[in-house]
Amino acid sequence: MTRQDPVTQRDPARSTDERPPALVLEGVSVARGGRTVWSQGTFTVRAGAVVGVIGPNGAGKTTMFQVALGLLPAASGRIEVLGAAPRRGNRRIGYVPQNYTAALGEAIRCRDLVTLGLTGGRFGLRRTSPAERARVDDALRRVGAVEYAERRMSELSGGQQQRVAIAQAIVDDADLLLLDEPLANLDLRNQQEIVRLLGDLHRDRDVTIMVVAHDLNPLLPVLTDAVYLLDGHPHHGEIGEVVQEELLTHLYGTPVGVVRTAQGDLFTRAAWPDPHRGAFE
Amino acid sequence: MTAALAAVEFQSNWFQVLQSPFLRNALIGGSLVAIAAGLLGYFVITRQNAFAAHALAHIGFPGATGALLIGAPVTLGLAVFCVGGGLLIGLFGRKVADREMATGTILALATALGVLFASLASANASTTTSVLFGNLLAVTTDQLMIFGAFTAAVVLTLAVLARPLVFASVDPAVAEARGVPVRALGLAFVVLLALTITMAVQVVGTLLLFALVVTPAATALRLTARPARVAAFAVGLALGSVWGGLVLSTMVNLPPSFFIVGLAVLAWGTVLAIAGRGSRRGAAPALVDPPHPH
Repeated sequence: MTRQDPVTQRDPARSTDERPPALVLEGVSVARGGRTVWSQGTFTVRAGAVVGVIGPNGAGKTTMFQVALGLLPAASGRIEVLGAAPRRGNRRIGYVPQNYTAALGEAIRCRDLVTLGLTGGRFGLRRTSPAERARVDDALRRVGAVEYAERRMSELSGGQQQRVAIAQAIVDDADLLLLDEPLANLDLRNQQEIVRLLGDLHRDRDVTIMVVAHDLNPLLPVLTDAVYLLDGHPHHGEIGEVVQEELLTHLYGTPVGVVRTAQGDLFTRAAWPDPHRGAFE
Repeated sequence: MTAALAAVEFQSNWFQVLQSPFLRNALIGGSLVAIAAGLLGYFVITRQNAFAAHALAHIGFPGATGALLIGAPVTLGLAVFCVGGGLLIGLFGRKVADREMATGTILALATALGVLFASLASANASTTTSVLFGNLLAVTTDQLMIFGAFTAAVVLTLAVLARPLVFASVDPAVAEARGVPVRALGLAFVVLLALTITMAVQVVGTLLLFALVVTPAATALRLTARPARVAAFAVGLALGSVWGGLVLSTMVNLPPSFFIVGLAVLAWGTVLAIAGRGSRRGAAPALVDPPHPH
């Protein structure tokens, strides 16, 4: 599998990257409220990968992020994030939670929200410095949110809010972005624009990006790898290995088909009962 | 009927009354409360704590009547019950639904206790009325000292906590991931709120407290979304309501609570009407994303 990454135009399996892996799990299991969410997690996400985290509802995709963020300790096994043990408040991780924008009201401007990503943990009365303001401006520019930066979050559309959320995640120059369902509730065009933005961020900064998603299709142009939660265990593979009819059908518990176009793009579609192929046997 | 209306009469000597010592106390006390309440309003709204703020005032009620029962200072009783009740509410999860149920239950118990203590202490109706509706004109110099200490505590603590508290209030999930002590900040905030409510109850009373703690900040939020400006505007509005309310109440010789609350609500309604029209015309929420230039 030496497929060229269509966005980065780099061999995803290149060995020149000397950074420690973004995420290493060795025999990890996690539990919540005494119940094991998933177990036997053993995989490595190399630095600079763009990883789709997929699996059915309740499989523990968000939980995986919480473990990486140091918000939830592993019940067993060893975890390494960016070359160190997970710890809360790791400034090298940028995080956009699920349903992010729904939680925010009209009490904050976009610019101030992004600024909090840089200075929000600081106690005491010190004004935002010109250097910090410049970094906020830069983050807003990179996501294309400059024109509505002075407006309240509640005044923006879903796609615009998601851009601001991503700006907040990248403003502190994170090496690893964890995005939980960034495409949820967006229409097709907005989904594609967010995906293109992720591709740009990956190309410009070579950050590692992990994206929880229900639907792989819009993300396929940028994904290099996938972590899929299947039967209570996380598995890792390069994207070409994961996008296969049998695996996806098993993963989602419903028939899924894969179409390969001339350009090498991969698409999944719901496979309908086909008497000639016996898809349901 | 005629007798009742006769009470509302313009006092020609209102300016002299305004300079008397008890009104000077009222002015200082009311101003201290307005500062603390105005500063906290933004957080009460963003943390969806409006109901908790209202409940804390009620939780103070048995504190006040209990203090009368054992002959302790009313402010002390209020403070103990408000801070205790606040911590209790704060300890109930972050989920608003859970918190609402817990708050409502504690509120009911507290009000019941308040009534019990009031009858045990055989407190007369006017004492109970002054707890429920406030009596700014009865603020003593001793109370002023306590008010000063409480307001100083609120201002200084907020100066230290402001930024992380804004983060934890508007964006708790990310703040927690970034290492902000969200839970500890929540408890610290609830203590500040309890201290402020302890004061505010004595100015506008248990039942009207909303007008000082929530309404000025709600008005300010219509004008700006920048936390520091919301705080500044809210303090200004709260001070204006207290000062204006005192002057008006002196002019017609009626308790100031109505005028303080009335002015705060008037400002809120005015801004709502004007800003509402403005936002419909100018800054209408974008329902459709404009194409993104690349």
